Amino acid sequence: MASTGDLEPTHYPARRAAQVALHYLNTHHGSPFRVFGLQQVHKASAEDVAAGGRKYKLDFSVTDWGSGSAGPALRCSADVLFPRTERHSAPEVQLHCEALHQINSTAQEEDAFYQKYISPDSTVSARDIPDSFGNMSEEMQPFWRLARVAASFIMLRESSENTEFNMAKVASVTQQESSEEQLMLEFVVLLHDFPSQEIVQWKLLASWSPDRGVRVLQTEWQPRCPHATKPPN
Amino acid sequence: MKGSVISVLVVLAVLDRLAGGLEHRSYDYTKYHTMDEIGFKSTTPKKAVWMDCGIHAREWIAPAFCQHFVKEILGSYKTDSNVNMLFKNLDFYITPVLNMDGYIYSWRDKTTRLWRKSRSPGTGNCTCFGTDLNRNFYANWGMVGISRDCCSDIYNGPTALSEPEAKAVTDFLGAHQNEVLCYLTIHSYGQLILIPYGHPNISAPNYEELMEVGLAAAKAIKAVHGTSYKVGTAPDILYANSGTSRDFARLIGIPYSFTFELRDKGNYGFILPEDQIQPACEEAYQGAMSIVNYVHDKNFKSAATTATL
Repeated sequence: MASTGDLEPTHYPARRAAQVALHYLNTHHGSPFRVFGLQQVHKASAEDVAAGGRKYKLDFSVTDWGSGSAGPALRCSADVLFPRTERHSAPEVQLHCEALHQINSTAQEEDAFYQKYISPDSTVSARDIPDSFGNMSEEMQPFWRLARVAASFIMLRESSENTEFNMAKVASVTQQESSEEQLMLEFVVLLHDFPSQEIVQWKLLASWSPDRGVRVLQTEWQPRCPHATKPPN
Repeated sequence: MKGSVISVLVVLAVLDRLAGGLEHRSYDYTKYHTMDEIGFKSTTPKKAVWMDCGIHAREWIAPAFCQHFVKEILGSYKTDSNVNMLFKNLDFYITPVLNMDGYIYSWRDKTTRLWRKSRSPGTGNCTCFGTDLNRNFYANWGMVGISRDCCSDIYNGPTALSEPEAKAVTDFLGAHQNEVLCYLTIHSYGQLILIPYGHPNISAPNYEELMEVGLAAAKAIKAVHGTSYKVGTAPDILYANSGTSRDFARLIGIPYSFTFELRDKGNYGFILPEDQIQPACEEAYQGAMSIVNYVHDKNFKSAATTATL
């Protein structure tokens, strides 16, 4: 039931495309102290493209979850292309946000966090962040954000016009041996998809440093039920 | 009001007695038939408002909201003339945890926290548990937004009303069809107010009015803590679906039928932190009361109704 041309900004097609742009934004600019969330879609349009696929043009605002509702909203524009291929392939995003470099720097917190955990003795390991009651220790918050940013790589890759992903919780974080001066973290994350209402579990290996940002090195889909064998896509 | 306070305790006592931890125990869901109402006794016919919370197990903020709502109305009817008037003309039927099996299961341990469905055992060859109660109602059942895979989180059940929870609500609403003016069903997350219908090609006859009422409720919500809620049909603002309780209520003629999707928008999702429970409930209360007041004023033009305590 796709319409071409202007889209209603409050309706789900625009929102799902904006969420994809958000995942892209977080993969590039997310950190242990910065995760962006969608505030509002202002304008949206979509058209089918010649090569097969659908391109969305979006005008939207985002906020940094870290600063809560007190934080400034950043205005962004994005083109999101959902390819139409036999087998699923990742959407392509082009994104521009105003004043990205003007938002409050988190360099100090990032450095302190990095110095604390890059030491060879550091062996962080934790489960269920947050716990069932939404509680998360202050120490775990940067790890939760890192997981959320790393999960954005997966959510971006797995997204289509028929999905809408958020991270439901971090099942586990296990620090691995640092490599090339990068913090190495193995996460198991639980993702929630709105249309199917499914909880999808992924194990991933991510690296981070203040200089290089977040990179995801390995991902592995995890079956939830013992008898389930095939991944969603 | 003694009768009304006792009615809340009856509901909670029933829940407590049935919380035995065994799944798909034959809970006597006919207790919903004999559910007591919250409101003043009256010699003139009253209308009713239904609110259910916790159709989906993992949406914990919803049962919290029902409890908050009950606490607010019972705590204010003596001093708040508006609530006092509502009690004169309306009865409130409130079920704080509709999906008892699922909710109890979601409390079991950290691995069960994100359970959604009922806990009925799979039928036939199915090795998975549970049916999505909000796809199981006899309202365009099976048409859209469902899965026939019994392991799916949107499995709509072997048949419509296969689940005793859905059947109990259906029977109750059917029996009180002429009384119930307003049907509210509380979920999370998304910060949405959804109006019927879940099928993209079907419109409620009072769509315009439902949108107006929904938008007024969203405005009331925003006034509390600045939280934005979007309003629209499910196929417009969320996704198409069928077999929902909201659609069933509208289809049998209950004119004002809304789904609330409470906080947040995906940051914490189902696992809302403790410090957000109170504000989430406060704002949703204003939204719900906005709708209840509209419905009341439309049906009770004068406040002069004979009522006794």
